[in-house]
Amino acid sequence: MEIFWYIIISIVLVIFFILDGYDFGVGIIHLFFAKKEKDKKVIAKSAGLFWDSNEVWLVVAGGMLFMAFPTFYASVFSGFYLPLIMVLWLIIFRAIGLEFRNQFNVQMWKDMWDKAFGVSSLLLALFFGIALGNIVRGVNLGSVGNGISKYEAHYFFLPLWDSSFSPASVHPGVIDWFTLTIGLISVIALAIHGASWIILKTNSTINEQLKSVVFNLNIGLLILTVFSLSIWHIVNPAPFKNFIDKPYLVIFPLIYLIGLFGLFFVKKFKKDIHSFIFSITVIVGGITFSLASMFPVILPSTNEVNPSLTIYNTAAGEYGLSVALGWGIVGFILLFVYLIVQKRLLGGKIDNMDYGH
Amino acid sequence: MEDMLFYDRMQFAFTITFHYLFPQLTMGLSLMIVCFKGKYLRTKIEKYNTAAKFFMKIFAINFTMGVVTGIPMEFQFGTNWAKFSDLTGDIIGQTLAMEGVFSFFLESSFLALFIFGEKLMGQKLHFLTGFLVFLGSWASGYFILATNAWMQHPVGYEILENGKYVLTHFSALFSNPWLLPAFLHNQLASVVTSAFVMAGIGAFYILREQNVEYGKLFLQTGVVFGLVSSLLLAFPTGDWAAKNVVKYQPAAFAAMEGIFETEDGGSEIILIGQPNMVEKKIDNKIAVPNILSFLTYQDWNEQIIGMNDFKEEEIPSNVPALYYSYHMMVGLGTIFIGIMAFAAFLLWRKRIYNSRYFLWVIMFATPFPYIATTAGWYTAELGRQPWLVYGLLKTSVGISPTVSSGNTLFTLLGFIGLYILLGLLFLILVGKTINLGPESQKN
Repeated sequence: MEIFWYIIISIVLVIFFILDGYDFGVGIIHLFFAKKEKDKKVIAKSAGLFWDSNEVWLVVAGGMLFMAFPTFYASVFSGFYLPLIMVLWLIIFRAIGLEFRNQFNVQMWKDMWDKAFGVSSLLLALFFGIALGNIVRGVNLGSVGNGISKYEAHYFFLPLWDSSFSPASVHPGVIDWFTLTIGLISVIALAIHGASWIILKTNSTINEQLKSVVFNLNIGLLILTVFSLSIWHIVNPAPFKNFIDKPYLVIFPLIYLIGLFGLFFVKKFKKDIHSFIFSITVIVGGITFSLASMFPVILPSTNEVNPSLTIYNTAAGEYGLSVALGWGIVGFILLFVYLIVQKRLLGGKIDNMDYGH
Repeated sequence: MEDMLFYDRMQFAFTITFHYLFPQLTMGLSLMIVCFKGKYLRTKIEKYNTAAKFFMKIFAINFTMGVVTGIPMEFQFGTNWAKFSDLTGDIIGQTLAMEGVFSFFLESSFLALFIFGEKLMGQKLHFLTGFLVFLGSWASGYFILATNAWMQHPVGYEILENGKYVLTHFSALFSNPWLLPAFLHNQLASVVTSAFVMAGIGAFYILREQNVEYGKLFLQTGVVFGLVSSLLLAFPTGDWAAKNVVKYQPAAFAAMEGIFETEDGGSEIILIGQPNMVEKKIDNKIAVPNILSFLTYQDWNEQIIGMNDFKEEEIPSNVPALYYSYHMMVGLGTIFIGIMAFAAFLLWRKRIYNSRYFLWVIMFATPFPYIATTAGWYTAELGRQPWLVYGLLKTSVGISPTVSSGNTLFTLLGFIGLYILLGLLFLILVGKTINLGPESQKN
């Protein structure tokens, strides 16, 4: 039952990063590459149409985590207190940037909200990557110093950074050079994803330019991927152990590699959707690869005193998990129906859609 | 420790108070928009469709505010109330996760279609998407009230050796006797808010002699919805909800009503007065004898137990705040019935559009339902204190053990600044939309 909910929540999270991920990516592209008002408007709209229903996947992932793994939810949300609250603030700026830019037909007003949308999207992509980096690296559970826990075994608190800036420090902060690397990977991967979405959904004048942007960013992604793999052993002495023990898990890194190499052919694709499919593959592979490397651990402990958090020692009761399975299945069928209905009815290029038209 | 609890509570109180200003309009207005849209489908009179689109524009701005201020609420269970989440997540995680799965998706998926899809889908499907948005927003209210009902009156659980509360009866969460009265009362209150907003905008147009045709439609619709909902709000739902408090939280009831002494011959109802916690009495009291006993038990002489006869730890921790919240809610609710009844009378006599003084009253009444709903929620939540889960878990136990007060104050200040900005933007944008008027929504 724990494994089932672990898979379900992972799927919801992956869908969130696919759907809202393109919104973040669109924001990054918007910030750096959209110059003409016509492009700015349509690119913002390609995120603005759906940000709200995309963001709901995050809310649902949070709700399900709360229900299925309450101890993990309590530990992580209080432990990463400051960065999480900052994510909330950024989410607010991103949303109002998208919703309010067209409320006044004044360039200064639009520029202001475009920047709010772009900068907060960039920072969100960075923060979510750093979050993944923290989960992979692990934390000092119980805040152990000199062999004594300061808190109960599953609680901790992380400052934003620690002066050594190193993942190997006794009390690592949220941001160190390892998590920052994962953050940059996230920014680049989502920028590629956003660019692919813009190419798919709009007729903006920079679509051709964006294909070269995707190609160049992909080179950066390859370099950073190789770099992060080569330093992985610093935070995890045996990063590939799970893949050796359970060879079928190798599928996840393979998915990532397929996406990564597929994107190098971006300029040769005949259909706009191909690039988007490969950028989805990168996201799916990247997240599942990281999670599979740790399974069944969901938050490693960096000290010897307190055990890592796993899906087994943080789960809710058996009864609760099984009744939730009942409504969960019904709910999931509905979710996919909504998603399909919505994407079908509002499919195709979105350039000419407008409020109430 | 004291500091930590104080700032955690302040942050939750501030963010939830600000947040709830928006969903109440979302819930009520979605119902009224669906009615306009339905009327347009039946009559094919363009005015109703334009009215629906106009309010949809206000709805969309309001909805964005509700979403962005709502996500921090869900996160705060984990960030600031980690111990509470850890201990009770097995139970309230169910209803909160269900809210996400069954209502947020419905709302947000179909809102995009409702706003962008009128031409793509045709009128009937467009009506349907509007209806689904309404359904989603009300379902959301239902799951939140189910969560709150468990905190007010816990059912269907058992306590493990490690202190955790685990679910034993899923259906008990929804057959909780606290839930239905609270849900209906809450939903009707959100209709009252929306009705006053609509009537207020209508009165504004008539007084300004602009968009008068729409002004009349909005005023008329607002008054009809407002009268029905404000009556139902008091009876039966308000009465029903109060009787639950009498039954399950008797000490909170005594504090709400300001009753210190247990009177043998039936208790008076206190209309105005200030609780004096030192001398344990109400100062400057204006009261009517025996009414409270009658309202509570339909018996003029039935005994109501006063605060003096409860143990110290059973009495809510902030009696004056609870007493004022409750009296503001009830007082304003009574005034709303008066305003709407008089408006309905004038409407019936076809004199309302010329009663300029009364139109001013209706216009300035617009913010007061927001105050009443806030006071209503404060009544429910202050009545529960010092408990986080009534009778089981103290609020002081529920906070995150590792988040220091300095960190919480930092984020509280951040939220205050950000929400002031949001509030200003909301007022500017809604003001702009009202100023442009419904005609601007015609294509």
